[in-house]
Amino acid sequence: MRWIDTGSDRALPACRRWIAARMREHPAVWVAVIALLVAFAQLAAPAKGQTPPAQKFVVVLDAAHGGDDAGGRIPHADGGSQQEKAYTLALNIRLRSLLGARGIAVVTTREQDANVENENRSAIANRANARACLSLHASQSGSGVHLFVSSLPPVDQGQLSPWKTAQAAYITRSLALAGVINSALEHAGMTVTLGRTALPVIDSMACPAVAVEVAPELVTGQAQPTDIDDAGYEANVAEALAAAIVQWRTGSQTEAPQP
Amino acid sequence: MIPRWQTVLFVILLVASIVMGGVLWRLRERAHERQVTGEDPVPTQAPTVAPPEQATLLVANDNDNSLLPQTLSLPLPDSPGARAHAVLGKLLEIYAEPNAVHPVPGGPASIAQVFLLPAPNSDAAEAAAKGETDTGPELAVVNLTGAFAASHPSGLETETLTVLSICATLHANLPRVTEVRFLVDGQPRATLAGHADLTRTYLAADTAPTEGSHPE
Repeated sequence: MRWIDTGSDRALPACRRWIAARMREHPAVWVAVIALLVAFAQLAAPAKGQTPPAQKFVVVLDAAHGGDDAGGRIPHADGGSQQEKAYTLALNIRLRSLLGARGIAVVTTREQDANVENENRSAIANRANARACLSLHASQSGSGVHLFVSSLPPVDQGQLSPWKTAQAAYITRSLALAGVINSALEHAGMTVTLGRTALPVIDSMACPAVAVEVAPELVTGQAQPTDIDDAGYEANVAEALAAAIVQWRTGSQTEAPQP
Repeated sequence: MIPRWQTVLFVILLVASIVMGGVLWRLRERAHERQVTGEDPVPTQAPTVAPPEQATLLVANDNDNSLLPQTLSLPLPDSPGARAHAVLGKLLEIYAEPNAVHPVPGGPASIAQVFLLPAPNSDAAEAAAKGETDTGPELAVVNLTGAFAASHPSGLETETLTVLSICATLHANLPRVTEVRFLVDGQPRATLAGHADLTRTYLAADTAPTEGSHPE
């Protein structure tokens, strides 16, 4: 079988003559190589009109307080108490592990008992280009889990967002995220209250953001409320939050890109 | 040896100082006498008690994160500033009661002052700048005591409810109050007890809920 007309072999450079000789010896191998190269080029080049690949789904977890700022002191039923900063860090670590196990990238504002300014927390969230931001808090007041969205009035996404009101462009998405978390917590059998608040940390976040405040759970027929750091209660809260984030990711993949 | 002229000058200055001291003492006595005779120790006007009026308080409830309107009959003064102080004092008195659904220690003494000013960027502010009277929207500046902020329970829900109930109560009883700002001991403060932002201006109308609803 002749693959190339070699009538002009003498005019070809040495390399071309070498290639032509090899092709004459093993024509099937060379056909396969060429076919593979063509197929690779087709796969590597994006087709016309094809949308760019989706952004990576990143979640920011903000364990409130830390360092010199201990936050509130939450009393236990047995007379002891716990600092808010310690509880939020523990919940942060547990939730980060659960999300990581589900293949979700997590960025945290602190990993230890350290001072982190509110501006830095918001800056970390904004640099991460997060698809969901959760600010974790704890309180002795009320019962169950309190979900708060910024009370800023919603605005359309503009070219520039003022630092103190960056969240205003994400209010609608934040309310939707709070709804998903509310459903997951109620599905887990927890008491949930929803509200709006003026919290500087989430007001400056340019992402769908919800403040999650965990309070002791009042259980019907139980004289004392369940402490916030009760192992079962804390695990239930973390599992429900992780399930909500997974649900949020599923919903986000079918929607338009973030503003 | 002291010259004679210096001795004479010293004596003259000494006599003049003594005479001036006596004159000043006498002037002080006369001023005191005038002040005493000008006061009339006999009461000429009976103390008045403001008639009771209906006041609406938006009372916070930690259990369901709601503000519940509560109508009370209170003696309210005519002055809007004193009226605002009175209704907020009653609101915090309810929070300081045992078994309150929104427990916050402190009571009425936690409100140091309430100032009412023409709302910025309004016609009322322009009228006030021109020295005219206007009945436009007002900004209430609530000055809380440091002891109140220090003893307030820390938490997103409890702090938010305290702030919103103060704003809503002011708007319910003084409808002209459309904006509220907070000070603590006369100074701006970042948060009430670590969470609720006290640096922003709250729109009172937005915080006034319908009956039993959750603050939005």
